[in-house]
Amino acid sequence: MKLTLKEKLGNFSFVIPALALFLVFSLYPILRTFELSVFQWNGIDKDMVFVGLAQYKHILFNNPAFWKSMTNAGIITLLALTLQNGLALLLALLVTKNIRGENIYRTIFFLPPVLSGIVVGLIWKFVFDGNFGILNHFLAGIGFTNFIDYAWLSEVKTALFSVAVVHMWKGFGYGFIILLAGLQTIPVELYEAAEVDGADAWQQFKNITFPLLIPIFTIVTILTILGSMQIFDLIYSMTRGGPAGHTHVPITKIYEYMANGEFGYSTAMAVIFGLVLLIISFAQIYASKKLNYDK
Amino acid sequence: MTIYKIKKVLNSTLIHAILMSVALTCVFPVFWMISSSLKTQDQIFKSMSLLPGSLLDIFSWNWSNYIVAFVKADFGFYFFNSVFYTVVGVFFIILIASMAAYAFSRLQFFGKNVLFYMLIATLLIPIPGVFVPLYLLLKNLGLLDSRTGLLLCYISNGLAFAIFLLKGFFDQLPKEVEEAALIDGCSRFGIYWRIALPLAKPAIATLVIMNSLTIWNEFLLALVVLQDKAKMPIQRGLMVFQGTFITDYPMLMAGLTIATIPIVIVYLLMQKHIVKGIASGALKG
Repeated sequence: MKLTLKEKLGNFSFVIPALALFLVFSLYPILRTFELSVFQWNGIDKDMVFVGLAQYKHILFNNPAFWKSMTNAGIITLLALTLQNGLALLLALLVTKNIRGENIYRTIFFLPPVLSGIVVGLIWKFVFDGNFGILNHFLAGIGFTNFIDYAWLSEVKTALFSVAVVHMWKGFGYGFIILLAGLQTIPVELYEAAEVDGADAWQQFKNITFPLLIPIFTIVTILTILGSMQIFDLIYSMTRGGPAGHTHVPITKIYEYMANGEFGYSTAMAVIFGLVLLIISFAQIYASKKLNYDK
Repeated sequence: MTIYKIKKVLNSTLIHAILMSVALTCVFPVFWMISSSLKTQDQIFKSMSLLPGSLLDIFSWNWSNYIVAFVKADFGFYFFNSVFYTVVGVFFIILIASMAAYAFSRLQFFGKNVLFYMLIATLLIPIPGVFVPLYLLLKNLGLLDSRTGLLLCYISNGLAFAIFLLKGFFDQLPKEVEEAALIDGCSRFGIYWRIALPLAKPAIATLVIMNSLTIWNEFLLALVVLQDKAKMPIQRGLMVFQGTFITDYPMLMAGLTIATIPIVIVYLLMQKHIVKGIASGALKG
């Protein structure tokens, strides 16, 4: 069907609002990030000082606090990948075993992921409180009296780990839901056939469940990495990066530099961090493509 | 046979024990928040009782915390600001995205494929720290510290995924009805509005829920864009309150409960849509 110019313009008008918003509030800020990153600028002065890649160099080679924040996010991510996703898989496997109350468990496990990061952070900050927190009270009750007055979030030794625990508490239900959906796509006949052949539970898991779940597990893994590396709300509401930078993560660093008026420097940091995430995203595209071929 | 049965019972008891202990860990902090919101400051500091008072006399609990939180501690207008941002934001996301998705699915125009792939690219490529240029952009547009500025960010953030999901949905609808309507003289917009959009209800329901959760829970953009307390959504308001009244735990917990109850109600009523949204989001690539 040949369209007249008028018809084509009429059709185009359907996408104009979306296109305008996309260009102004998505594409332009992305391009602007790169532009700002080569200038030293406080956001107020008329003149932006062109410094080339100097800020990148400074971040990469002279800013240990940035690397500390990357390491912190990396530790949280690693814990989430192992403990959180391991728990999510275990629970998904248990719930699919035709047990009573499957729906209730599913509803409860997915409750933390729907709560906001700020709400979760502030509840747990109260739970972790040295003096009035229920955690220390509970620990004292079961005999660990040396934790009275212990401020989990202000001590260098435990702050990052405590934040990571809350992050995992909030996140495991998400992986659980996706893995459960994946498990339920595996045909029951496969297990019945294996049963007839005399395969035990472990052999069934190793030879049926695990291989068929690999694509889903890849997706959960990448979502976990992207979500954990970009953690912000929980950190901001619980520690704001403290004590002494021990819970800073890349986004809190970028925010901090921006709040201090170092717009160029903060965007250079965003670009570096974005490139790290981009590499992970390519893995996501690759993995999901592979998933499509397998279908 | 009996040994087999005993083993089975033991097995299922063990499974339930694991599941229940995890479930308890999920629910307890939320329970603790609600319980603490009904205590007095004194109870918080001196006792660790699970409940704010006797179960037989719930009227003795400190319900007035909620009145104070709503009226004096500003949580009332934070709450209604959040309702406003969520309702208006979701409305425009659905309207703008469904129009664009319909066009991408059915209509011909210049640069259609390029535009679509550009949109999808923003879904796949993580862009951290984009709030820095957004802040400068809003400043230049004179929209910093304004409701409009925050809403524009929320709306454009929600578009790409909504367009992607709705286009997929429109692609699967049969074209015959629309072609018949076209022959009967219905305009393209009329077809979109009267035929395609009503058929897309299931996908729209999922998008309404997903975007409501996202906007209601959003914090970072609200932090960057807003300074004026009167315009803040509740997540931002909670941080302001917490920064000012550090040890007023009952009031803070009341605020947290106010911020949580709408989400939990929507979640309990709309679980299926949320789970569907998560699944389609996870498998989007």
